[in-house]
Amino acid sequence: MIFGVPLLQMLVLVFAATFDMKKIDMVVVDKDLSETSREMIAKFDAIPFYNLEFAVPDETIGEEMLFSDEADAILVIPPNMERNLIRDDKAQVQLLVNAIDGNSAQLIYSYSSRIIGNFNKNMIAEWKGIPEFSPPGEVKISESYWYNTELDYHWFMAPGILAVLVTVIGMFMSGMNLVREKEIGTIEQLNVTPVKKYQFIIGKLVPFWLIALFDLAFGLLVAWLVFDLPVVGNLLVLFAFASVFLLGALGLGLFISTVSDTQQQVMFISFFFMMIFIMMGGIFTPVESMPHWAQTIDRANPMYYFMKIMRNVVLKGSGFIDLLEEFLSLLLLGVIFLSLAIWRYRKTT
Amino acid sequence: MIKINQISKSYNENQAVKKISLKVNEGELFGLIGPDGAGKTTLMRILTTLLLPESGEAKMDGLDVVNDFKKIRHIVGYMPGRFSLYQDLSVEENLNFFATVFGTTVQENYDLIRDIYYQIEPFKNRRAGKLSGGMKQKLALSCALIHKPKILVLDEPTTGVDAVSRKEFWEMLKKLQKKGITILVSTPYMDEANLCDRVALIQKGELLNVDSPQRITEKFPRRIIQIRSDEMYRLINDLRAFEKAESVFAFGQFVHFTGINDDVETNELDIYLEKQNHNNIVVEEISPGIEDVFMSMQSNSK
Repeated sequence: MIFGVPLLQMLVLVFAATFDMKKIDMVVVDKDLSETSREMIAKFDAIPFYNLEFAVPDETIGEEMLFSDEADAILVIPPNMERNLIRDDKAQVQLLVNAIDGNSAQLIYSYSSRIIGNFNKNMIAEWKGIPEFSPPGEVKISESYWYNTELDYHWFMAPGILAVLVTVIGMFMSGMNLVREKEIGTIEQLNVTPVKKYQFIIGKLVPFWLIALFDLAFGLLVAWLVFDLPVVGNLLVLFAFASVFLLGALGLGLFISTVSDTQQQVMFISFFFMMIFIMMGGIFTPVESMPHWAQTIDRANPMYYFMKIMRNVVLKGSGFIDLLEEFLSLLLLGVIFLSLAIWRYRKTT
Repeated sequence: MIKINQISKSYNENQAVKKISLKVNEGELFGLIGPDGAGKTTLMRILTTLLLPESGEAKMDGLDVVNDFKKIRHIVGYMPGRFSLYQDLSVEENLNFFATVFGTTVQENYDLIRDIYYQIEPFKNRRAGKLSGGMKQKLALSCALIHKPKILVLDEPTTGVDAVSRKEFWEMLKKLQKKGITILVSTPYMDEANLCDRVALIQKGELLNVDSPQRITEKFPRRIIQIRSDEMYRLINDLRAFEKAESVFAFGQFVHFTGINDDVETNELDIYLEKQNHNNIVVEEISPGIEDVFMSMQSNSK
């Protein structure tokens, strides 16, 4: 259970949670039906993930297709586009994008405008006889993607999801375990013994700490085998950070269970924290683009640090010194959460 | 050995223990007798340092239950009413675990638990959750004894256990008492009260009486008449309808009867019941048992 479930989650989530555009359904409303318009459409057609729908005479039908979610975008080529282009040296096309998902809308827009832009450039070159790739006085940007050169989204998601999994396992299991003793009553028998509070909490902490660390190793292995995820950084550094992070996560789980009486309560409170930790931890959206108050709250979010550390160490190869601030923050959070748990655990009611 | 002085404890509005004072002597087998909800468990939890009293103080072997709770945990063995050992650990693992927690080993105090433990030793690899009720209770007792406590506190140890195991269990307690352990035991069963050296009758958080079971029954002023006939249910109804009846309770095969002012004679009842067409009537006066005392006190306090 402890290993199978995370494995499954990892495989399902990493493949599923992707922002990569794999398929764009675009409706083409060609009212010009000229050589130029066909050439432009051919450019789109040549790209495998554009799935074009032709033979739509006007945009209202296209809009209906947007409504029924059959199309992601509509390209409207107005009548006389070619004529206007030749006569006035300029012409317009319209691109309507379904922007319910802002992210993919952005992507569709930028892909499409790049295609049209390229088409435009080629046309100018053709007509004016200027060599294609050296237009006059243009600043060219040359791109080079570092750390994830192929922009493989799985590489971005895998460390993030692994961070979430390890946290869920650690926090829920430690929390549940303690409160379960309350529910069955075994804690009663233990409370009359001379066991010290910190000994008890450590006893509850260590097994789940080891399991979570093991799960992390296991998850990295799976990610390496399945997604070809490289671990650029030092594994020792990664696990050192993970150990400190888990102290905090488990400490919080234990603290929650010391203030709860039933497993339901633990579930509910842990769930509350998990949602905030995950959503604000930057697994999908960069923390840097969150509002300022959210970033302030994230200072107390162990997941935020760990997510950052996971990605930086795994993909970028950051060392211990690069992440010293994160390390100290995690250490502080760990000490706080654990102290709270020990302080709040009562042998007497 | 145990001194309780004016201890009170309430849960919200509900006062569970009302200013109870009690003394248990060293080496005594002391029983807390009372129905469910009388406050027995609360009192025991205060003595085992699991609950803080609201007012009053209590001392276990001279140690205060509030200030010296750490020391008390070394000298007290507690067996909660609910089976509280780890169900997914085996018998042996449970025993070893609790020995370790108390900083001792099973071998060190084995002679103390030998008589009890040898009965469950054949099942030592079985999980505690899979044991029968009687065996669970023996294991729990072994675990409570593993650190050689001076005082043993047992909360309703025989509830939900069959008659044979109950008898065995009380024999074990007697043996432990001979080894010098002071035992405080609670039970809702009146018949077990007679096995204690002294008992305290508790009702709704208040102490009704503290004495040896013999003295309690001897001092009981009422006359108890025991009656039997073939039709139990009709017998009770008819007796309750009898004008001089004060209380009528079913006690197993018999009905225990007390008359108003104790001036009802056995032949009076004989005649009355014959008139009501009862067969095989037996009417005899008996000496009261602890249960009669309790029933009487209970109805008085209502």
